Amino acid sequence: MTPHSAPSVLLTGAVTALQLALLVLGAPLTVGLMRKVRCRLEGRPGPPVRQPLKDLRKLAGKERIRPQYASWIFSSAPVVLVGSALTIGAIGPFVSTYPFLGASADLFVFVFLFLVGSVALGLAGLDAGTAFGGMGASRAMTIGALAEPALLVAVLAISIPARSPNLPAIVVGSLAHPIWLASPGRLLALAALVIVVLAEAGRLPVDNPTTHLELTMIHEAMVLEYSGPDLALVKLGEAMRLGLLVGLLANLFLPWGIAQTQTLGGVVLGVVALVGKVGLIAAAIATAEVFMAKLRLFRVPELLAGAFVLSVLGVVSALALA
Amino acid sequence: MSSALLGAAAALGVCAAAAASLTTARWRVMVTALITMGASACALASAATVLHSGRDASFHTVGLIPISGVSFVLDPFGALFTAVTAVVAAGAALFWIGYGGHGLSSRSGAALMPLFVTALLLVPAAASVTTFLILWELMAITSLLLVLVDHARNPAAIEAATWYAVMTQAGAAAILAGLVLLSSHAGSQSFAAIHDHAAHLSPTVKGLALLLLLVGFASKAGAVPFHVWLPRAHPEAPSPVSALMSAGMVNLGIYGIVRVADGLLGGAPMWWWLLLLSLGVASALFGALNAATSSDLKRLLAYSTTDNMGLALLGVGASGLFAATGHQALSQVALAAALLQVLNHGAFKACLFLSAGSVQSATGSRDLDSLGGLLRRLPVTGAIFIVGALAISALPPLNGFVSEWLLLQTLAHGLPSAVTWVAIAMPIGVATLALTGGLTAAALVKAVGVGFLGRPRTAAAAEAIEVSHYMQAGGGILAVICVVLGVAPLVVLPSVLAAVGVVAGPARHGLFVSGWHIGLVGAHSALAPVGLASCLVVAVALAAGARRLAQGRRMAVRPAEAWGSGRAAQTARMQYTARSFAEPLERVFHDVLRPDLDLDVTTVAESRYYVQEITYRAAVDDTVEAHLYRPAIAAVSRWGSFARRLPNGSIHRYLAFGFVSLVLILALVR
Repeated sequence: MTPHSAPSVLLTGAVTALQLALLVLGAPLTVGLMRKVRCRLEGRPGPPVRQPLKDLRKLAGKERIRPQYASWIFSSAPVVLVGSALTIGAIGPFVSTYPFLGASADLFVFVFLFLVGSVALGLAGLDAGTAFGGMGASRAMTIGALAEPALLVAVLAISIPARSPNLPAIVVGSLAHPIWLASPGRLLALAALVIVVLAEAGRLPVDNPTTHLELTMIHEAMVLEYSGPDLALVKLGEAMRLGLLVGLLANLFLPWGIAQTQTLGGVVLGVVALVGKVGLIAAAIATAEVFMAKLRLFRVPELLAGAFVLSVLGVVSALALA
Repeated sequence: MSSALLGAAAALGVCAAAAASLTTARWRVMVTALITMGASACALASAATVLHSGRDASFHTVGLIPISGVSFVLDPFGALFTAVTAVVAAGAALFWIGYGGHGLSSRSGAALMPLFVTALLLVPAAASVTTFLILWELMAITSLLLVLVDHARNPAAIEAATWYAVMTQAGAAAILAGLVLLSSHAGSQSFAAIHDHAAHLSPTVKGLALLLLLVGFASKAGAVPFHVWLPRAHPEAPSPVSALMSAGMVNLGIYGIVRVADGLLGGAPMWWWLLLLSLGVASALFGALNAATSSDLKRLLAYSTTDNMGLALLGVGASGLFAATGHQALSQVALAAALLQVLNHGAFKACLFLSAGSVQSATGSRDLDSLGGLLRRLPVTGAIFIVGALAISALPPLNGFVSEWLLLQTLAHGLPSAVTWVAIAMPIGVATLALTGGLTAAALVKAVGVGFLGRPRTAAAAEAIEVSHYMQAGGGILAVICVVLGVAPLVVLPSVLAAVGVVAGPARHGLFVSGWHIGLVGAHSALAPVGLASCLVVAVALAAGARRLAQGRRMAVRPAEAWGSGRAAQTARMQYTARSFAEPLERVFHDVLRPDLDLDVTTVAESRYYVQEITYRAAVDDTVEAHLYRPAIAAVSRWGSFARRLPNGSIHRYLAFGFVSLVLILALVR
């Protein structure tokens, strides 16, 4: 299941650069696509798909402002958020199954790298020294903590058939044994993961990414004090995290098209397949969001507990077949 | 060589205690702390030699204690624990020079400190029941007195010490009973003889001894439900003592469990491992949850010790289950993960407790809700605390991440080939690790965010002055160790594997350490800590570079008033407090935490729609203490008051008691 011949360093580097470029440019476009789909379904024309990229450029040109009592934590959090997302983008198998540091591209490693960004934002929220920052940080950390068991047990369920939580190994294994993809264990884990992705990425029904109503904000409350280039980084970071989660879902459950060879054709096909899959899943999430309302904050634990039960069932049924 | 060094460590420890009682107040702490650091250095050198060469260090004396003598054998397994304690003790002693402390710099306080350190360093080397118990008691009594040194200024220390005294003596009694049972069956009190006789023990005797020892050692490790002393005693002790207790002493509970079950008895029955694993799961979850809802900085850290020891017990339990079902290689990896967890916990918990001590001496408070904004007043202490907090939250590239990753890998990898009980235990273990990971991150974001970031909530916090260089260096060394062990765990992994080899049989290569990678054999997954760390650093640098580029020539960042819904002039009281930060978790886990809430609204006499005053009081008591220990204590005191009615002063009644007792004795003895 592991790659037999060591791929050349140069090619791996090129593929990594390609993945990162796709992530930085593609993630804001994914957000734009989701907004567009939502607007169209609601009967509005909506902003163009490339609007988030334009917003980033506009924000990057503005002045940096910080709350007067904030420390260096406040200004380093956006950088850490983007840095952790870039690291996941570099080592994950998104375009090809031979990513840089592929042996470390473990689902557990990803979970902890995501946690790095969440902790950075949580600290920044409290650093602003306002009621809103603390409120957002408190809610985000609570939801993050409650989502974690469902996430890791779902990872466990996925790793059972491949006997490894290593992502390239899972993807290669699923391509060799497509039956894994239709196994009840994998499908239950998929259901759990979708809920967790919605929670981690701050989408409906857990958090409303477009709200600025003060008492319902979670993520937006945490980053309320950011402006200019810092806000651009935060927006980019959150778009990248969404893109990464959707990309992971895509390659875990629809692995076809990913480049298994280091040829130009394979990599081009990999890029096309990734863009197609991510676009499809993002559009599906946006469509589903139109029909959903935000849950009350204290109903969210029930949703996440449901996801946890699904993932445990996933482990049980995967073990029964293993 | 290593034996001589170990002897030197013991001798230096006693010298330090003597020096403390002889020197004047001016030099006392400095001299004692320096000699204590020398003792730690000797112990560390001895342990490193043992770990590197694989040869035991030993010395036996016949005359020191009548009949039994004293016997020490430091094997690689014990050496790992001695090494952790030595590093923690060196950091704590360095910190102590700057800290001084009121009770801790008194003649008795300063003499107790090196004795406590020496006992901690030598317990893992004890090779006979008597030696072990004497050192164990020395450790318990010196630490108990150290909790009490400030009792004149801090009345809470007395209550904490009472709880600690009862729990530690009850634990010691259980250990005594267990070890006596084993040594009476072996016919000798040396650990070697007990080990040789282990195969001939009946299952009942073995089970009983294991149960007794589990209770004793789990209470020292602070496992639920024996943890109640820990969140009281650790916060009330002076900070260097808290660090030693939380990062050194609790480890010895894990040491005892592994030493007895794997080392002396060569394995335990399945039910015992499952019991151990359940204790681990309960401790991890309960500790993490209480840490997330505490607003006292040191109490939060104490609960997180229960949480981390729970994770180590989880690893040990998983290791035993794998061994009991015939997966030797996996069992060794699980044990290695547990020991790595203990080692890493030593580093970050000492770092956190020492910097919490700095905060306490700079502001006079350890209540998070009266701190705030300290990072700007105490930049170094704040940075040290943040490193420790990120490490304990298992964030890459720091050390907590490596052990948590290894533990998760082991649990995940052990699943497919497992028997039913193990297959049930493993997903529970993964879920426990996940939830505690999330809760710990929330707890430490709260500690850092409320304590060190934002605006100062009190005048004391606003005027805090950075602590002395010794105190910064004490915590700083440990923070550096957290980073080094996170980036290069390969420095200590061979030692951990050597330690595992002693108790769990010769290494079967379940874990591979090659070049820059560590991983499980056959798992297709390896962690490259250096690669990952450099990847993160480069990525963060890229992001920072992009922001720098966007900024262009406008370098200055303009400070401005934060948004307060259009309200001008916000105050520090409008910030989220530790209490409010934890409120959602408190509400979600209401049934476990049972917070005590009290809302009192008084209205103006003329109209009940005009509120005069609102008092809100919320307290989260330890559920186990409130629902297990308090009723038990109440029952005992009821029994006591009932028994007090028996002796009513009547001489006839006493004669009757004497007569009945005599008849009973005659009937029983015959």
